[in-house]
Amino acid sequence: MSIAAALSTEASAGPVGGGGAQAQPVRKARLGAYLLLAPGMVYLFVFFVLPIFALLATSLYVKTPGAELGVYDPAFRWQNYLESLGAYYPEILRSFGYALVATVAALVIGYPMAYVIAIRARGKPLLQGLLLVLVIAPFFTSFILRTIAWKQILADEAWVVAGMKFLGILPPDGRLTATAFAVVCGLTYNFLPFMVLPIYANLERMDTRLVEAGGDLYANGPTTFARITLPLSMPGIVAGTLLTFIPASGDYVNSSLLGNNATTMIGQAIDRRFLVTLDYPTAASLSAILMIIILVLVMVYVRRAGTEELL
Amino acid sequence: MSAPAVVKRRRRFSLSDKIIPVFAGLAFLYLMIPVAYTVAFSFNKAGRRNLVWQGFTLDNWRNPCGAPQVCEAFANSIQVGLLATIVATALGTLIAIALVRYKFRGRTLANLLIFLPMSTPEVVLGAALLAQFLSMAMQPGFVTVVIAHIMFCISFVVVTVKARVASLDPKLEEAAADLYASPWSAFWRVTFPLLVPGILAAALLAFSLSFDDFIITNFNSGSSFTTFPKFVYVSANRGIPPQANVIGSAMFFAALLLVVVVQLVGAARRKKLARG
Repeated sequence: MSIAAALSTEASAGPVGGGGAQAQPVRKARLGAYLLLAPGMVYLFVFFVLPIFALLATSLYVKTPGAELGVYDPAFRWQNYLESLGAYYPEILRSFGYALVATVAALVIGYPMAYVIAIRARGKPLLQGLLLVLVIAPFFTSFILRTIAWKQILADEAWVVAGMKFLGILPPDGRLTATAFAVVCGLTYNFLPFMVLPIYANLERMDTRLVEAGGDLYANGPTTFARITLPLSMPGIVAGTLLTFIPASGDYVNSSLLGNNATTMIGQAIDRRFLVTLDYPTAASLSAILMIIILVLVMVYVRRAGTEELL
Repeated sequence: MSAPAVVKRRRRFSLSDKIIPVFAGLAFLYLMIPVAYTVAFSFNKAGRRNLVWQGFTLDNWRNPCGAPQVCEAFANSIQVGLLATIVATALGTLIAIALVRYKFRGRTLANLLIFLPMSTPEVVLGAALLAQFLSMAMQPGFVTVVIAHIMFCISFVVVTVKARVASLDPKLEEAAADLYASPWSAFWRVTFPLLVPGILAAALLAFSLSFDDFIITNFNSGSSFTTFPKFVYVSANRGIPPQANVIGSAMFFAALLLVVVVQLVGAARRKKLARG
């Protein structure tokens, strides 16, 4: 899945021992496998698994009585969670709401892009390469610079606002910058490549003869799309929507650069509590809540979408 | 002249034939407009507040280090990116080979450990690592940022290289064994060279993820260590100097050039192979 898959299909375009997955010689030498796995797995254990437990532990800490800012005692204060939820449930709901809208928008915008690259440009490697580069290249200009560019594009004195006012889409005193619209627009934009690439990687492997077969059986274009292309591309859609939704729900760059005080997202709250007010237990419990909600949503979604082909 | 073997199907007129490319074209435009803005404003005759167009100049490109801290932050990002890329690519490649080529107990657990960091939001990864560093009484700075970047790059390297390993024909290694190559030399002389494109793609991906990361870096860099994205974010309130746009644009063009060269080399090699 992911950029990864798209990049690697790029790289493996050459005729290296035939295409597609090959039956691999499965070796039973377990020691070899463990030796290869050990360094990376130990690294992930120390710097991913342990930190998650450190985060969970921190989320239950209690303030040391009479101590200075940022000093806490280990404890099991479950109330931290209730207090965090009570204080920040609007941010939590807003984050998932924005992320949902941005994901749907990215799917609507990104699917045709992936379709054109994978199906319409099939057999034209240069065009296909160029379009793929256009999807990946924005990664290399800093995404913060591109978010600032959105700030300029949506600014009060810029041509977009002027044009919309002229056409009457926007009232004369309306603005786009510092609105929820700007935040969702930025989220959609920033995570669009994460939607396009997995869908592309999926459609790229699709056998277009199936669509032709649908046409031979007198199905029209929309019907063959709905009955053949769309169901076959479901694994790509699932991977793309997850890769867009998860980072979007935790993002705070867009909401802090493009939003206002009424559009703060959960990431902003975690950042402020952790780094500014040194309120580690609240920040940690908010992070844990975010992670748990995402894990539950992902499990339900993957089960309903019925794909195990995620990795 | 013989009759054509395949009768070309008469294309029925379909509205979607025209609408989809037009819509996709607009989407590509949407994707490129902010990039175009970033590049355009690198030529802006502006001081610290580079938000409104003031006129064309090449000064920013002539003197990309003209604004304080820009180049220092950029150099930091390159250093972190290179270190993180080298370590993450090495660790990730080993894992990928093990996952495809071996059957072993704990496979599901290993896959889960690769998948979870990719499906955890950056704020959570950043906050968790900082909680860990705090409990270890480790000062945030260069080292903690490199540690964090290696961590989130490994999974993406594994997924990229895994796809490449899975596409290799195992008969090649068997052939090497038939020619009395030891497993060790069969790997280095046959398998590894075929893996190189996948490993390079993974390294490029890891570097771009590391270079562009802001949220995890912000949590684990402390107050004194600054990377390029952090510099841009922190100076957003006071105004971003146009030199930052110069660096962003230069990275964009460098990446574009690199990908185009790789594509052309690949195309040339394919042509050569096809000619036999």
